Amino acid sequence: MIHRMPITRRAALAGLGTVLATPAIRPSFAQSAPIKVGVLHSLSGTMAISETALRDTVLMMVEAQNAAGGILGRRLEAVVVDPASNWPLFAEKARELLAVSKVDVTFGCWTSVSRKSVLPVYEELNGLLFYPVQYEGEEESKNIFYTGAAPNQQAIPAVEYLLSADGGEAKRIALLGTDYVYPRTTNRILRNFLISKGIPESDIMEEYTPFGHSDWQGIVSRVKRFAGEGKKTAIVSTINGDANVPFYRELGNQGIKAEDIPSVAFSVGEEELAGIDARPLVGHLAAWNYFMSVESPVNTQFKALWQSYIKNPRRVTNDPMEATYTGFKMWAQAVAKAGTTSVDAVRTAMIGQKVDAPCGYTEEMHANHHLSKPVMIGEIQADGQFNIVWKTPTAIPAENWSPFIPENANRRRG
Amino acid sequence: MKHPLLAFLLLVALALPARAQDALTAALEGLGTGFNQTAEAVDRLGASGDPRALPLLRALTEGRLLRRADGTLLIRGEAGVIEALAGAPAEAAEASPVRLNNRVRVALRGALGRLQLLSPDAAERQAAADAVFRSRSADNVAVLETALGRETVPAIRDRLLLALAASRLMASDLADKMAGIAALGASASPEARAVLLEMRGANPGLAAQIDEAVAAVDRRLAIRRAAETVFQGLSLGSVLLLAALGLAVTFGVMGVINMAHGEFVMLGAYTTFIVQEALRTIPALQPWSLPLAVPIAFLVTAACGAALERGLIRHLYGRPLETLLMTFGVGMMIQQAVRLAFGAQNREIISPAWMQGTLMLPGGVAVTQNRLWILVFSLVVLGLTVAAIRLTRFGLEMRAVTQKRAIAASMGIRTGRVDALTFAFGSGIAGIAGVALSQIDNVSPNLGTGYIIDSFLVVVFGGVGSLAGTLVGAFGLGTINKILEPWAGAVLAKVFVLVAVMLFIQRKPRGLFAQKGRAADA
Repeated sequence: MIHRMPITRRAALAGLGTVLATPAIRPSFAQSAPIKVGVLHSLSGTMAISETALRDTVLMMVEAQNAAGGILGRRLEAVVVDPASNWPLFAEKARELLAVSKVDVTFGCWTSVSRKSVLPVYEELNGLLFYPVQYEGEEESKNIFYTGAAPNQQAIPAVEYLLSADGGEAKRIALLGTDYVYPRTTNRILRNFLISKGIPESDIMEEYTPFGHSDWQGIVSRVKRFAGEGKKTAIVSTINGDANVPFYRELGNQGIKAEDIPSVAFSVGEEELAGIDARPLVGHLAAWNYFMSVESPVNTQFKALWQSYIKNPRRVTNDPMEATYTGFKMWAQAVAKAGTTSVDAVRTAMIGQKVDAPCGYTEEMHANHHLSKPVMIGEIQADGQFNIVWKTPTAIPAENWSPFIPENANRRRG
Repeated sequence: MKHPLLAFLLLVALALPARAQDALTAALEGLGTGFNQTAEAVDRLGASGDPRALPLLRALTEGRLLRRADGTLLIRGEAGVIEALAGAPAEAAEASPVRLNNRVRVALRGALGRLQLLSPDAAERQAAADAVFRSRSADNVAVLETALGRETVPAIRDRLLLALAASRLMASDLADKMAGIAALGASASPEARAVLLEMRGANPGLAAQIDEAVAAVDRRLAIRRAAETVFQGLSLGSVLLLAALGLAVTFGVMGVINMAHGEFVMLGAYTTFIVQEALRTIPALQPWSLPLAVPIAFLVTAACGAALERGLIRHLYGRPLETLLMTFGVGMMIQQAVRLAFGAQNREIISPAWMQGTLMLPGGVAVTQNRLWILVFSLVVLGLTVAAIRLTRFGLEMRAVTQKRAIAASMGIRTGRVDALTFAFGSGIAGIAGVALSQIDNVSPNLGTGYIIDSFLVVVFGGVGSLAGTLVGAFGLGTINKILEPWAGAVLAKVFVLVAVMLFIQRKPRGLFAQKGRAADA
């Protein structure tokens, strides 16, 4: 590319300046081609609110890795594309990354529907995708590493907490979600789980809303009515994206306090709370595998790295960012171990990789391409951060084939 | 004679608090060591009935209660850190705040309620009555009766009576229970209904009485619930009306298919954000940022609208397909420009206090304040729009140009200028809608995309070119949607409404309020 461009005097001088300046600060790289890191996150459309921070996280990791000497003496180069919250476009952009840009690895996707859209592309072209978000499970691909939580690492422990004495001993559960594959599958698992815990069908309410739903008054007053039947009620929310903001605002306006009807959310983190006044939400819960308020040395480093990279000391970190960080570190270790970026070699080297994650635990990649992760339950505080009220003592391995989905249960590997 | 008595009284006065202090100190045992221990200590403090526990409990609620490693409890106040109960100044070093979870909060609410039942402040007493109602315990009967004896405010008396009834239901005495059931059954409160249902399992012998009481409450609640559903429908309708009103002018009157309409709404919402940020430095004006944002948003979006009309749309009059595609592209450009300027994250708009919470209408119908204000606001905007079209010279020219352009031009009306003004007017209304929508929706670059389809639906359903049609269409669709929602769910309800409108348009292509006469052919 470069030699085709006319070289102006100014560009030449700037280039010379860079060359002269670099060796002192930056490690020099061998002449070999850079390792290409694809970034497949929506930078526009409804998911941009969540996914832009993940793009920035990958870029931050690439920069940090280059500053530390790259991998195998090769420099890393990020290739960013924008699938624009458009699910079919995800597949097209994935193909572009693999076939045209020839990336060695991709970090990307948030919604399950986007992951389902790119999965066949990664399998066909034998690519490598790191998926950093908690999801519904029931999936396994040799070309995808799942660094977020499976249902047994988030949804089920959270509901168990609601049923426990500390969580308020809920007897009725309202399952509210956005209408797509993740909430529907998760709620199916949860429904079967609740029934196995002796909660009758009549005490489970299930409601779905479109993406970006903003008029919650009817649903919230129905939940209120559902809760007024004389049994302690809790809300389990798989509401995704920015629909959460009006939902919580409506909870606050209708006077639903966490003491009366606690809610636990699976897709609301620090980043989502940054856009709202969190005071009316104090006490509502979220279940994740990482909170920004975790006290661990790795987390302190992670937060400092992020805030200095983004040049804003008030920017928050969240769970999918942590999963991106952990996945990236593991991939870098695996490439170093394999001695090559070849997908098949890296895939083998990935299994058994361990990383001290910011969540304060050592996470390990298992043969099912999922991580062992700790589960944490946090209460929303007035400043939009979470106060951790419960966590598992150790990191627990993922069950991506849930025993609560009968037709897939036997696909579990030991 | 006097002196020994005085001395004795003094002694008693000194000794009593000391002993009570001991009891209170004992009650504190374990507070701050774990959630369960904290909840138990709070229960003990509430049961003690000692008002001196109040500052400590309040501090705990507000996260100002600290615990030092040696177990001493401290309260952080405005004046500095003091020891809880003793009140002596203390060092806050190595002290960490006592943490809460929902279990502790439930205990706190009950304990605070019990201690504040006799407070001199009416608002505190009211909150206390509600809290004691929720925590309901047979131990509270005596203190509730004392409180009832003193209470003079009728609204608080009602709440105290409910709390007393609920607490009596917890008593072991059958007559007390029957009295409690009767009192709860005489109310029209969903909470009373919940309490009755909850106690049904524990009192199988009283099931018949409880069922009867629940049925009595249900009869009173049925009307209220219907009223609430209608309000929700009207509220959704008011949002649709606001979003569609600008389109009723640009599409309805001018016939321009403006796909960037939603983006003008979004620009209005961002203007609200900018006004709010600008007023941060002037605290006196801060509560007025929302009313102030209305004219500013109108001007900003009207200017954008005028620029769009003069720059692009006027070259495409009479070519609806090209206009559609062009405005769609412009909409995407505005969206991405806002995303670049403000970032993809949602922007926080602070709701003024008068728009938060729930308002109780007579009859116990609960409506949320923000929705109520938006309903009122939408009607005001509609009224102003109608007035502008019917009563002003600009409105007259606008109607003249849309009815017969050539004749209007020959009468000396500068049709190009009127076109620009009309489009600016419609866009300005969209901006005003954005100010209102910033209160209930996310201020993000894709705010507008959610409203564009609904807006066209309302305008077409109501009848193109008719503001009355837009009004009826918006409220009609909103109400139908909300009535269907409990049966079909939010997703299917929308689908049903869409199908119904399609069938309706098949039968009556000109919508509810079809334009008649020569204007219809223009």
